[in-house]
Amino acid sequence: MTTTESTDVLVIGSGFGGAIAAYHLAAGGARVVVLERGPWLKTEDFEHDFMLGSSYTRIFDFTVGDGISVLSGNCVGGGSVVYFATMPRAPSFVFERHGSIGRRMWPSAVTRDTLEPWYDRVEEALPVTQRGWDDVPYSGGLWAAACARAGHTANPVPVAVDNKLCTNCNWMMAGCRFDAKRSLLLNYLPAALAHGAEIRPLHEVQHLSRSDDGGYRVHYNVIDDVDYRLQTASGSIDAKIVVIAAGAGATPVILQRSAPALGAMPHAVGRYFSGNGERLNTAIINEDRAAELLGLSRGGGLAYSANQIGRGPAVASWDRLDATLPEYSRFSLEQLYFPPGLGTILAQAPGAAGVSWFGVEKKEILRRWQSWLTIFTMSEDDNEGVFGPPPGTGNAMRISQQMLGRGNLGYHPTGNTLRGWAESDAAVRDIVERDGLATVMPWTNDVIGAYTVHPLASCRIGDDPATSALDGHHELRGHPGIFVTDSSAVPGALTVNPALTIAALAERAMPAIMSAARQRGIAAEYGAPAPDGGTSGRRGTAPLVATMAPGS
Amino acid sequence: MNTGAPHEENDRTMTLEAFADTIIPGEKRSPGDRAVAGAADGPGAVQGGAVELLETPAAGIADGLDDIARMLNEHARAYAAGYALILDATVPPFVALPFADRTALIRALTAPGHPEKEVWVSVALFSNMAFDTAAHMHTADALAANHPGLATIGLTKPDSDGLWRFPEFSYGRPLAELHPATTSSGGPA
Repeated sequence: MTTTESTDVLVIGSGFGGAIAAYHLAAGGARVVVLERGPWLKTEDFEHDFMLGSSYTRIFDFTVGDGISVLSGNCVGGGSVVYFATMPRAPSFVFERHGSIGRRMWPSAVTRDTLEPWYDRVEEALPVTQRGWDDVPYSGGLWAAACARAGHTANPVPVAVDNKLCTNCNWMMAGCRFDAKRSLLLNYLPAALAHGAEIRPLHEVQHLSRSDDGGYRVHYNVIDDVDYRLQTASGSIDAKIVVIAAGAGATPVILQRSAPALGAMPHAVGRYFSGNGERLNTAIINEDRAAELLGLSRGGGLAYSANQIGRGPAVASWDRLDATLPEYSRFSLEQLYFPPGLGTILAQAPGAAGVSWFGVEKKEILRRWQSWLTIFTMSEDDNEGVFGPPPGTGNAMRISQQMLGRGNLGYHPTGNTLRGWAESDAAVRDIVERDGLATVMPWTNDVIGAYTVHPLASCRIGDDPATSALDGHHELRGHPGIFVTDSSAVPGALTVNPALTIAALAERAMPAIMSAARQRGIAAEYGAPAPDGGTSGRRGTAPLVATMAPGS
Repeated sequence: MNTGAPHEENDRTMTLEAFADTIIPGEKRSPGDRAVAGAADGPGAVQGGAVELLETPAAGIADGLDDIARMLNEHARAYAAGYALILDATVPPFVALPFADRTALIRALTAPGHPEKEVWVSVALFSNMAFDTAAHMHTADALAANHPGLATIGLTKPDSDGLWRFPEFSYGRPLAELHPATTSSGGPA
């Protein structure tokens, strides 16, 4: 007779949604096991190397869909290990959006004001710091100067980066070798481990079924540590509570695959996916004009020529985050860096006739790569993404040993989304092409569809059961004891980088999950301080906790 | 990096080279080079190692390259028939196409709606990556060997420990007014 392993709480995924849950539940006294499909890399494992098989391809996934491609973390720490650590709060108007459903899409209990204390908790935990102009790399400075000359404001963005340790290497997507980026490997996850949580890397959850005692049985494959197309073993674990935080590209796929065993899923599982309205433009800067028009000099006769230097995004223009503008016309414009390869393939040559993502003109702009300035639009899309039937395993049919796969997400932008992108393209062009500072073209959507690094909303919270998979406490409708706390829970596009909002929502979900755990006989109490012991964030949220349990 | 004499390459290699050369074009490796069309100055994706990268097991399509080359040549034959082009039979059909026609065919194969689009986009993706990331080599080795793609984009060399650091990185002064509604936490209101 075989016995199935069991735990109190099983957490799927170790990014923001999973790490925050693992920490609070373990610190509160629950037995916690975290299953993470990707590998577990330490600081010294993060390489400055483009070779396939280096940390760059081990820790994130590039999943091509029908009309959209998604970049996401694939390692212990999830998106926090590969992201650019840009941490603005979402603007107030975002929480009032109607989107595609004709009425407010967020739960009535969630507004910018009610989320502020939870934002505070995350900012204390990571921590998030403000950045001064002295910390802004050349690319961000150039974008700021161009915005100013065009009559716009521009802000250094708040970040989860220790500026003293940062070397401006721009290898953030391969993991931070200098521990400057405040990923979850430096705060929530070690604190969860210290409280007894167990993290198992290379364990990819396939589906859930019911366990004999009324809880859930979580079925996983063990993934080969080099060739992720291979499974080396499989197993299952029983848990009283399951927290799913596999990311907006994977959480709905696990639930779809679980429907035969668990019963029908809410309609919104795998629907209402948002790519955060993301869009990219590449400008080729005229170095002489940058000196003449903007008065920029970095010494050695150079005005800019510094695309490679920096730390991802550093400066954003928020002029179009104006609540009085109509929905779909609001967006932020953020300077960004993508490494060559993923950051060059879709760029088009300005002024070329016809297709120019490859060919002679493309090569000419590659010669000027150090003078590239990439501008990132985050706008309001229409939640038009829908997942097709799940693939055999995981959330994609993997093509390469690592990174590249084909998923079943379909995304066909509506007129609203397309109009927002066109308005943002025009805004970028007005800023950077003024008086010949640069030439600019948007990335093509014809090759791999649109491109998002911030997948959202595929299993979202809301008040309306017809258009939200989760209730306002992040519990999956019709399946008590299953909670979703990752990017898929965010109802829609945020017009800014979403990590801080994802994390704040996860923090906000914890009292209800703890309450559900206690109802199932788990001796656990909510109330852990920040991972480093700080208590100011906890003081801010303490009065709210009693209102956060289901039924309150 | 492939510096071998092209006339000694087999048909598959020549076909894949001609595809990669259409993505990031380069100069001919020798006067008799047929795969590389010579449409641009300086080395291109072929010299960057596109075929080596396509043949790397990590890329995941090595087992399909025979079929990919065969399919590409079938498309080239059909394309030539459609335009009444007479192809030189001593080289594979895609290699026999002039550069402009190679370009037109790859545009069609990678256009939205083409049933084989994913295959051709994958080959294009790896061709591009061979040039501007040298993903079949350790980056330190590629830079030491003066990899032509990394040299073309102007990627700087790392410190002696293989890690990049830029102690000089900022203009160091305010360059724009902040948004008037910026909150105390530094974000939008």
